[in-house]
Amino acid sequence: MDFGPFLLLALMEGLVTAAVLALTASGLSLVFGIMRVVNVAHGAFFMLGAVLAWFVSEWVPGPPALSFAVALVICPLIVGGIAALADTVVLKRLNYEPEATIVATIGLLYILEQAALSFFGPDARPVPAPLNFRIQLPWFGYSGYKLAVVVGAALVLLAVWLILKHTRAGLVMRATQIDRDTARAFGINVDRVYAGVFAMGAGLAAIAAVLIVPIQQAHYLMGGDPLLLSFIVVIIGGLGSLRGTLVAALLIGLSDGVISTFFAPTLAKIIATLVVALVLVFRPQGLFGKRMA
Amino acid sequence: MTNKLITPTPSRRTILKGMAAGGALLATGLAPRFTQAQSSAPIKLGFQLHRTGIGASYGRWYERTAGAALTALNEAGGINGRPVEIVFEDDGTDPKRGAEVVEKLTSQAGCDLIFGTLFSHVVMGSAPRAGELKVPYLVCSEGHHVASGALNRWTLQPGITDVKSQVQSMAPWVTSTLGKKITMVFPDYAFGHDHRDFFTAAVAAQGGEVIKHIAIPPTETSFTRYFPQIPSDTEVLYHVMVGPAVLTFVKELGEFYGTGARPEIFGFIDSLEAVNIASPGLEFLEGTHFWEGHPRYKQADASAAETAYRAAVGVDDTGASVSDPADIATYAHMFSAWETLFVIRDAMTTAGYQGPADRQKVVEAMEAMVSFAEGNDHPQGPKVFNGKTHQAFGLQSVSKVEGGRLTRVHQTAMEDGFYPDEVDYTTQSF
Amino acid sequence: MTADRALWLHLGVLAALLAAHFIAPAYHHTNIARIMVLAIYAMGYNIAFGYTGLLSLGHALLFGAGLYGAGLLVYHAGAGAPAALVAGVLAGGAMACAVGLLALRTAGVAFMIVTLMFAQAGYLTILYFGSYTRGDEGIVIPRAARMLGGLDLSDDGTRYLVALLLFAVALLVNLALVRSPFGRIMVAMRENEERSRMLGFNPFTVKLAALTVSGLYAGLSGAAYGLLFGYVGASLASVQYSILPLLYVLLGGAGTVLGPFLGALLMFYLIDYASAVTDAHQFVTGAALVLLILFAPKGILGTLRARAIRWLP
Repeated sequence: MDFGPFLLLALMEGLVTAAVLALTASGLSLVFGIMRVVNVAHGAFFMLGAVLAWFVSEWVPGPPALSFAVALVICPLIVGGIAALADTVVLKRLNYEPEATIVATIGLLYILEQAALSFFGPDARPVPAPLNFRIQLPWFGYSGYKLAVVVGAALVLLAVWLILKHTRAGLVMRATQIDRDTARAFGINVDRVYAGVFAMGAGLAAIAAVLIVPIQQAHYLMGGDPLLLSFIVVIIGGLGSLRGTLVAALLIGLSDGVISTFFAPTLAKIIATLVVALVLVFRPQGLFGKRMA
Repeated sequence: MTNKLITPTPSRRTILKGMAAGGALLATGLAPRFTQAQSSAPIKLGFQLHRTGIGASYGRWYERTAGAALTALNEAGGINGRPVEIVFEDDGTDPKRGAEVVEKLTSQAGCDLIFGTLFSHVVMGSAPRAGELKVPYLVCSEGHHVASGALNRWTLQPGITDVKSQVQSMAPWVTSTLGKKITMVFPDYAFGHDHRDFFTAAVAAQGGEVIKHIAIPPTETSFTRYFPQIPSDTEVLYHVMVGPAVLTFVKELGEFYGTGARPEIFGFIDSLEAVNIASPGLEFLEGTHFWEGHPRYKQADASAAETAYRAAVGVDDTGASVSDPADIATYAHMFSAWETLFVIRDAMTTAGYQGPADRQKVVEAMEAMVSFAEGNDHPQGPKVFNGKTHQAFGLQSVSKVEGGRLTRVHQTAMEDGFYPDEVDYTTQSF
Repeated sequence: MTADRALWLHLGVLAALLAAHFIAPAYHHTNIARIMVLAIYAMGYNIAFGYTGLLSLGHALLFGAGLYGAGLLVYHAGAGAPAALVAGVLAGGAMACAVGLLALRTAGVAFMIVTLMFAQAGYLTILYFGSYTRGDEGIVIPRAARMLGGLDLSDDGTRYLVALLLFAVALLVNLALVRSPFGRIMVAMRENEERSRMLGFNPFTVKLAALTVSGLYAGLSGAAYGLLFGYVGASLASVQYSILPLLYVLLGGAGTVLGPFLGALLMFYLIDYASAVTDAHQFVTGAALVLLILFAPKGILGTLRARAIRWLP
């Protein structure tokens, strides 16, 4: 294939990766930014969203578009509910101590994966796409649904931004982020804010999963890669900076396709991983984040 | 067992071993059973099962197949007049746990031998322990590890052809029918590297050429961006993928080529094992070809044994579970669990197997085998067994997707899969 | 007097393990040998995490360095087991030192993620160089190469005694280390880094030294695992094997010398016996992690020390 179309394809693919990644990583970033919690179970919440979407597609009759719409509403709610429960039952009792929460979320990750294996099974299962059209370009074909995913992800991200900036809930969250104790002094129920934020973070991962699952199939081990990539994006973007997360998702998503054409793909992954580690070592505030206390 | 202690001048080590073994027997309450071993106590076979972990899709079907084979075996009178039991133990598709499972099945559950392992890394992790415990270890893995000489005298693969033979026997048909300029897409780990190395060499031997290797990292979940690397003068695209992302891979390949011009496509069914070929998005596979170890769709000329095997395992004519049409079998591989059990029966019969003391005789009996005839015991087809390399060789199928079904268009000759021996296990000590 | 009491306790554990060699049933005999080798790994992890407060999520890299340092040398260069064992130990230490030089510039959450990333890169590197490592499938160390002096490491009895010897050395060195002045500095780093700095200790140097010792332990364990059990594979360097020692240490008791062994022992048999009841191993592991961190963050021996046996090192 010529270089032009090649680049076009790499960019289109990158855009899809970036969109889903931005959504997943913004959940991780939100939780870290406001609660200072590194949620290792984030990938498991993502997986749970996809697996639930499969159940919805099995149980809801009618056209795929209907079951997809139902999944888009129900899955984030259920996953968010589980997350809120985990927050109340486990994380709150640990007083959000960073190292303890990491250990606890590792445990949560195992429990959720096992639940998916036991109730959903070991197979990868496809979920039908709500719309099924292909765009045939002169050089290659492309899934129309993938482009719809980009639009969908952008809309959700816009909604998140609006909530954070222009609603009372957003104000409360930001207040809690800046100073937990002062927020409490002003009568904010910090416990409820934390549960809400943790649920929202998990819900974002679930939405991302519902969007991606018609492309990728649901599988009980599918959470590993999104978790690692989200970590990378959040770190490059600066821990806790939502804007940085978005920029980093675009950067990583777009460069991912291009890098792997110059190096052997596995080598590209090694390099990317090392770069992330080095960024964290030499620029712990991330490429775009502000240095935090 | 206690008899073993009364040797003329027992070394300290033998005594310790005897004590340890005796302790194990007491601890697990097996002592009485062993003393009756020559009567009608059941023969216990251990099955190393991928019930969890990445091999779980396969494991579920391997368990069903082995269970069905066991029923058939016991209905036909068991082994040496004794009933047979299978003890299934999950290894989590993990090599460390695999070795522990070999230990557990042998020392604790008191199994007479162990079989059933599929994933190569679990075989590699477990085989050393089986060799140390001197327990026959019969793998159903299609890996080249056995025939390459990496393992030991106690490890054999009598139920399925290894990947080197499979790949090599495909090459003449691919180059003569589909084209000589080939691009390979494979996962970037050992299984994929075997395909890369063996197929590339086999194609060169046929006067063809592999013009591009595309190795995909094992954790990859999206593949479209690799497809532009396929050179435009490719005549045949050869793909083999494993793991949960296989369906995505095939779907994205379809989206990429769409209705435009595309090369011939030849894949290993591993790319679609346990996946319904009629899934939405796979329509483009129409007209492409697959290697199948055992045709998933029942062929028009299927033997009576094939029909009986499907019925026994509970697989319908399309390769799905009779109880759930959405549950697709790992049909191309799982016959090995069935066939291995009957090889075990024959070897134990020849060896006059009474108890663990006869384990070595079982291996020797197996090494003396040369062929297995097609029939109820070997529904996949006839096999040649090489006692020196511990490896079976069978017939491979090339199937074409026609009307959403896989139809066999070519079957290899036995000789297509032969290659010079790389090891002679019979010269190694037990 | 208390010092002697602690020493006697550890010697007693070693004596019990020696006794187990003679009386343990075959199945448990091999299991205990395996657990002792993994306990060395967990002890190393404990030196970094339990005593110095460095929560790493990338120790599989160090275990893998030992495993492959020894394994590749035997497999490709035909080295003997003694040389391979030494090479594995050094590989673990050197890798820990190299990682530490970079990762110790960070702390807390960033340290965890940096170590996780390094370990992931290491795991992928093993896959990438598949022509030497056979990637995920791994390599089997031939029996003939598993000879330590005149001892056949594939023999059950020898293997147990060699594992016990290595474990004993590791345990006693660990005990001596934590009771030495340096051990107290390590704990001081964990408890209050700023104050230790004001007392004139360079936190970076202390942590780097502790991490390197931790790497030597992990390397020893990895090398011993490869040589004693005959298998070297990429899955043993995967992220799961970074979590494992954390789990062992948390269960047994972080910051106790015997905790890692106790944790490894209990965790092994918990999963082994649970498998008779349920296939949900992951649930058992996950629930153990959550319950431990919630109700017994100090682990078994840590809780015992806080409540009753104050002299426990």
